[in-house]
Amino acid sequence: MYSTLLAFDWLFVIEKLVLIVGIVSISLVIAMYETWAERKVAAIMQDRRGPMRAGPMGLLQPLADGLKLFMKEEIIPNTSNRILFILGPCLAMLAAMMTSAVIPWGGKIDVFGREVSLQIADINIGILYVFAVVSMGVFGIMIGGWASNNKFSLMAALRGASQAISYELPMGLSLIALLMLTGSLKLSVIVGQQLDGVWNVVYQPLGFLIFLICAFAECNRTPFDLPEAENELNFGYHQEYSSMKLGFFLFAEYINMFISSAIMATLFFGGYDIPFVNDAQLTEKVGLNLMALFQGGVLFAKIAGFIFLFMWVRWTIPRFRYDQLMNLGWKKLVPLALINMIVTAAVVLWLKK
Amino acid sequence: MEHDFDILRHLQQTLGADIIHQQQPVDEIPTCWIAKERIVPAVLQLKSSTPSPYSFLYDLFGIDERNRIHTAGAPPSDFTVAYLLFSYQQNSFIRLKVPLTGEYPTLPSISSVFKNANWYEREVYDMFGIRFEGHPHLRRILMPITWQGHPLRKEHPARATEMGPYQLWDEKQDREQEALRFKPEEWGMQAQSEDADFMFLNIGPQHPGTHGVLRIILQLDGEDIVDAVPEIGFHHRGAEKMGERQSWHTYIPYTDRIDYLGGVMNNLAYLLAVEKLAGIEVPDRVKVIRVMLCELFRIASHLVWFGTFAQDLGQLSPVFYMFTDRERIFDIIEAICGGRMHPNWFRIGGVAQDLPTGWDKVVKDFTDVFPKNLREYNSMVMRNSLFKARTKGIGIYTLQEAIEWGVTGPGLRACGFEWDFRKKRPYSGYEQFDFDIPIAQNGDCFDRATVRVEEMWQSLRIVTQCLHNMPEGSYKADHPLTTPPLKKHTMADIETLITHFLGVSWGPVIPAGEAMSCIEATKGANSYYLISDNNTVAYRVRIRTPSFPHMQMVPYISKGYTVADLLSILGSVDFVLADIDR
Repeated sequence: MYSTLLAFDWLFVIEKLVLIVGIVSISLVIAMYETWAERKVAAIMQDRRGPMRAGPMGLLQPLADGLKLFMKEEIIPNTSNRILFILGPCLAMLAAMMTSAVIPWGGKIDVFGREVSLQIADINIGILYVFAVVSMGVFGIMIGGWASNNKFSLMAALRGASQAISYELPMGLSLIALLMLTGSLKLSVIVGQQLDGVWNVVYQPLGFLIFLICAFAECNRTPFDLPEAENELNFGYHQEYSSMKLGFFLFAEYINMFISSAIMATLFFGGYDIPFVNDAQLTEKVGLNLMALFQGGVLFAKIAGFIFLFMWVRWTIPRFRYDQLMNLGWKKLVPLALINMIVTAAVVLWLKK
Repeated sequence: MEHDFDILRHLQQTLGADIIHQQQPVDEIPTCWIAKERIVPAVLQLKSSTPSPYSFLYDLFGIDERNRIHTAGAPPSDFTVAYLLFSYQQNSFIRLKVPLTGEYPTLPSISSVFKNANWYEREVYDMFGIRFEGHPHLRRILMPITWQGHPLRKEHPARATEMGPYQLWDEKQDREQEALRFKPEEWGMQAQSEDADFMFLNIGPQHPGTHGVLRIILQLDGEDIVDAVPEIGFHHRGAEKMGERQSWHTYIPYTDRIDYLGGVMNNLAYLLAVEKLAGIEVPDRVKVIRVMLCELFRIASHLVWFGTFAQDLGQLSPVFYMFTDRERIFDIIEAICGGRMHPNWFRIGGVAQDLPTGWDKVVKDFTDVFPKNLREYNSMVMRNSLFKARTKGIGIYTLQEAIEWGVTGPGLRACGFEWDFRKKRPYSGYEQFDFDIPIAQNGDCFDRATVRVEEMWQSLRIVTQCLHNMPEGSYKADHPLTTPPLKKHTMADIETLITHFLGVSWGPVIPAGEAMSCIEATKGANSYYLISDNNTVAYRVRIRTPSFPHMQMVPYISKGYTVADLLSILGSVDFVLADIDR
C-alpha cells in the first residue's frame, strides 16, 4: 500500500501546486495593475495625469490602495445577516479565481527534463467548467447585496442577478456555434486547432461580437454596470462593504475582466498562438522554454488588448437603463445568437456533405 | 398698459369696486389690493380671462407689514400675501395683494387654481405662519418640522447669536429623532395598494445623483416610480432674511450664492430692481459689460449641466472636458473680476471696476476655441445613441403643463414655446443684441438638452458681439446712490463729503417703494422683489428663483418611469439646490 502511495507522481502534485500558486498570484497582480491601468486610461481619456505620486508613473499606487483597504475599519452593519454578508465577497472572489484553472497559458515548458503543460487542469469539458464557475459569481453579488439589508444593495443585487442570467444565455448560444466548428470542449484542443489554422474569429465574427457584449455584461462593466450604477444606486451591491471585503468585490470584478479577456483571446483569437509565425518551426529554432515565454507574452498582449477595450468603453459611453438592457439581451442577442447557431450548423453540414 | 387697466377695470366690475385699491409701485406692474374672501374668484377670473389669460403664477409670497412706515396709502394690514401673475399673450404682469390682520391670519388657498401654488403657499406658511384654508398638505417646506417660530416674521431673530446657546437635551433629541422617522402618510403616500406593498427608497440628501443636498422619497413598485416626494430646505440659508439685515450694497455677495452656477447673473437680477427703486440709469458700457459677463456665466452654467447630465447617464468622461472649458471661462472672469464662481462684481449703478487692459484678448481666445470644442461635445454626448435612448421620450410635459407648473427657461422652450425674457422684456440692453431663441418641440429630456446646447451657441454670439462693440464711457452711473459712492466733489465742499462718508459707512438710503425686475437667468426666470422703507436696508427681499417651481414639478413628470429615468429627469431639469432653497 505504501508502495502505491510512493508510486504516486509526487512531482506532478508539486508541479500543479506551483502552477496554481503562480497563476493565482499572477491573476492577483494583474487585477491590481488593472486598477492602475483603469485609472491611467481614464486619466488619459479625460485629459488628466492619473496616479503619479506613488512610485514612477504611480506604479506603486495599487500597493498603496491595497494597504489602505487592509487598514480600513471592517464594518458589518447590525441589521445585516452576518454569515451571508461575509460569504458574499468570498464567493465572488472564489468564483473569479477558479476560472483561471482551465485556461492554457502557454505551450509546454521543459523543467529539468520534464515536460510541463502551462495549464492547471486540461479537463475535457473546459468551456462548460468556465460557464459553471462564472455563473457562480453572481451568487456573490446576490448574497452580498441581499445580506447588506439595504434597499439600494437589494435593487442592485436583483439587477445583477437578472442581468447575469439573461446574458449567459446568448453567451452560451454564441459558443455553441463555435463548438460546432471545433468539435471539442477542451480549451487546449481549441487553441491547438488555431495554432495550425486561422483564428476562430474569422469563422465566427458574429459569435465573437455576441460573446464580447455578453462578457461586458457578465463583468458588470459599462454600459452594463447597472448593479453598481453610481449615480442611481450609490455603488449598488457593495455599498455597505468596507475594508478588504469591499476590496474582494472590486478585485473579483477586475479578475473577471482578466479572465474574460483570456477566454476571448483563447476561444476566438488563437490563445497563445503567435500570429504570422509557424509555431512548430519556431519552437525547433528557439527551444521549448523560450517559445513558451513568447507564447505567454503573446497571450498576455492579447489579454491586455481586451482589457484596454473594456476600459476604453467604460470611459466613453453612457449606461443602459434596466429595461433597455433586458431588451438587448432577450430580443436582440438571443435571436442573433440562435440565427448564428443555425447558419453555422447548416454550413458545417453542407461542407461535410 | 392700456390692457392692464382694462383688466383691472374688468376685475372691479365683476368683483365689486370697493375691494380693489390700486397702487402704483416703482416697477409699474399694475397692483391691486383684494380682500381675502375675493382672492380665489379674482385669480380664477384672471386665469380664465380672454383673450389673454394670466395663465402663469409667477410668484406668491408674504410680507410682514407690521414694522413698515412708508405704506403708500395701502389698506391697513399686518401681513400681506402677494400674488404675481403673468400673461404670455399680453406679455404683462399683474400683482394682487391680500391684506391680512391679526397675529396668525388665514386666507383661502389658490392651490386648486394653480398647481404650483402648492409649494409657494407652504413656503409662506413656513416663513410667516399664515395658514391657507383648503391647502391639501400645509406643512413646513424649508425649515425643519420641529422648528419653533416662522423665520421671516419681523420678531424672529436673524442670527443664531440672538437666539441663545444651542442645547440638545435628551427629550429634545428624542423629539428630533422621532420627527425624522419616516411615515409614508405624512408625506402624502400610501404604504400599500390593493395588491402590492410599495417599497420606499430614500434618495438623498447625500446621493451622487441629486447634485446637492436634495432628498427624494420614492414610492416604488418594482423599479417603477409610483410617486416621488422631494424634500427641500437642506440648503436653506435664509437669504431673504439676510436681505433685511444687510445694507443694499453688502447684500450683493449673498446674491452670488443663490444660483451659485450663475455668478454675476444673480447680481444683475438684484441690482436691476435696486436701480429701479433708486432711479438710476446705467451707462451703455456698464450694460454691455454686464451682458458679457452674464452670458459667459450662462455658458459656464450650461457646461456644468452638460457634463453632469452626461455623467448622470453613466458617461463619465465628458464632464472633464466641459469643466476644462468652464475653467477657461473662469480664467476670463478671474482676469476681469478677480473672483471665479462668486465674483460679486456688479455694483449699484455699475460694476466694481473698469475692464482691465487686455480683456479683449482673453475673451477672444475663448470665443475662438470654444466653437470647435462645443461641436465635439455635441457629437460626443448629444449624438450618442445610448444617450438618446436614455433621454428621448423621458420626462415629457406639454406646453400647457409647463405653464401651469410655472416652468420657465430652457424647460419651457423645449415645449416649442419661443419665450425668452431677454427678447420679450429686454433688460440691460439685450434689445441691442442679435441672437435667436432656440426651441425644441417634444418637451422631453433630450429636447431640454438640445435647447441648452443651442443656447450656448447663442450666448457665444452675444459674447462675440460684446467683444466687438464694447462702448466707451464710464463703468459707473453718475448718481449719488451708486456704491461705492462717487468721490468727485468731496474735496470741494463739506456737505458732499458727509454724504459720501455716510454712503460709504452706512450705505445708500434707497427711496421707499417696491420694485421687481425679471431676468432670464441660466435656469429660467429669476427676479428680486424689493421693498424699501426709505432705509439703508431692504424692508423685504423676495427672491423668485426658477429652480423652485421646476423641482416642484419633478414628481409629476417622473411618475411611471423607472429609478434610472428619475436621474435623467433630474439632470435635464437642471436645478441648483441653493437656487431652490435660497
